Amino acid sequence: MNKKRHPLSVLYSVFIFLFLYAPIIVLIVFSFNESKSRGRWTGFSLRWYQELFDNSTLMDALKTTLAVALISSAIAVIIGTAAALGLHYSKKRIRNVLMNVTSLPMVNADIVTGISLLLLFTFIGLKLGFVSLLLAHITFNIPYVILSVMPKLTQLDNNTFEAALDLGATPLQAFFKVMLPEISPGIVTGFILAFTMSIDDFVISFFTTGADVNTLSVAIYSMTRRGIKPEINALSTLMFITVLTLLIVVNVRSGRDVQKREKERH
Amino acid sequence: MKKIKLALIPYSVYALIFIVAPILLILLYSFQDTGGAWTLENYARFFDFSDPVYLKVLWRSIKLAVISTVICLILGYPMAYILSKLSPRVRGTIAFLFVLPMWMNFLLRTYSWMSLLERTGLINTFIEWLNGLLPAAIQIPALNIMYTQWAVVLGNVYNFLPFMILPIYTVLIKIDRSLIEAAQDLGASRGRVFLKVIFPLSLPGVVSGISMTFMPAVTTFVISRLLGGGQNALIGDVIENQFKVVGDWGFGSAMSVILMILILVTMGVIRRFESDKTGRSVLM
Repeated sequence: MNKKRHPLSVLYSVFIFLFLYAPIIVLIVFSFNESKSRGRWTGFSLRWYQELFDNSTLMDALKTTLAVALISSAIAVIIGTAAALGLHYSKKRIRNVLMNVTSLPMVNADIVTGISLLLLFTFIGLKLGFVSLLLAHITFNIPYVILSVMPKLTQLDNNTFEAALDLGATPLQAFFKVMLPEISPGIVTGFILAFTMSIDDFVISFFTTGADVNTLSVAIYSMTRRGIKPEINALSTLMFITVLTLLIVVNVRSGRDVQKREKERH
Repeated sequence: MKKIKLALIPYSVYALIFIVAPILLILLYSFQDTGGAWTLENYARFFDFSDPVYLKVLWRSIKLAVISTVICLILGYPMAYILSKLSPRVRGTIAFLFVLPMWMNFLLRTYSWMSLLERTGLINTFIEWLNGLLPAAIQIPALNIMYTQWAVVLGNVYNFLPFMILPIYTVLIKIDRSLIEAAQDLGASRGRVFLKVIFPLSLPGVVSGISMTFMPAVTTFVISRLLGGGQNALIGDVIENQFKVVGDWGFGSAMSVILMILILVTMGVIRRFESDKTGRSVLM
């Protein structure tokens, strides 16, 4: 096929990227603005980065967000991996029913999931707060873990597991020594997906958290009604740069691994 | 092997309590009034044709979601196509750049559009500056779409465009090149190759792109709140309002049920369309 790039397609790509990145660039640039204004540049300053660390509401929200994301993804990984294992070895009918149930939170609108959990917590008399928030996040995280681990189990050679059992390993030993190393990439993917979903979630957290516990998204939402403080721009700039650095490091490392493997092959 | 099946128990219990029961609760609440008595009033209120306030909101939600999805498709398909033509190394990096914005909080990204779109915002400041350079005869009119339906559409397109580009791109790069070459060898023009081979084969990607943009667009309540102001409330806004402000959980639940049915019907239609089209494209 022809390799030359049409100038029109370059122009089009630039237009799309400008559209997707314009708000982010505005946000990052104005996090260094001297004044509070989000439309007029008055001079460079690191003022909002300093004030960010003194803002206890935002710092608390950041801690809650990270705690909920970490704990809920970890629990989701344990329940989800166990579920994937059970599903893999269970009868087709049971598997189909449970997979349909699992896909419900993914198919349903976030607002419906959020409200349904709000009704449940009210119904059983659980006070809205950290625990309800955590349970809600575990609920929408588990499907991502199951869907990441299931394909790895299908690729797995069943004979190795049975061979381990025949050679005298207990089922637990066989699981940890033989199966786990094989499916661990799926588990890691599931954890990362769950963690990301948890950090990014607003709608479900909004309905399932109490007045005294805020995640970053919920704090940002209540700010949008009273006017966003520039500190939040500083915080999201820092988070964005952290994620960007992490992703680049991971990409470069996996790229290097691929190169190394290719070299070994030759 | 039997013991492995036991691993399913914790999740089954969890799913029953936190996925199945909550949805049943929505159904239950939707048939109750604020006092807890059984009633059909919540549904009657929604489908009140003499005063169709809520039906109008539902219609607006569907209309704006359809417009947003169509714009996403028109903007996204060419981008996915251009992307798929690049060399594997380059296109991986560029596809990554489409996902990257999603790592910044979507509320903030959407809020950031306010700085751009406002009457005295950055876009209008730029237009003013351009107008200063241009002769008086050619002046660009100021952009005034903030707090209109078009601002909501823009917010939707902005937030969900990557969900349209990525599935189409994924399908396009998997198309067997020998099919395209065969068509070319048989004398098809580039346009014909695209219309008769590439486009039909990319339809599964288009279909999943459509469902991935339509679903969040029709149920959003944040984008409409931030960019649409008060006058352009969508069904999501009205539901949120019932739970967070008014406190009429029965009516809010009834609208959630209606939204759930809308989503299920849309999914059904999309799936049917998908199997039809893929079946036909295999036959062609």
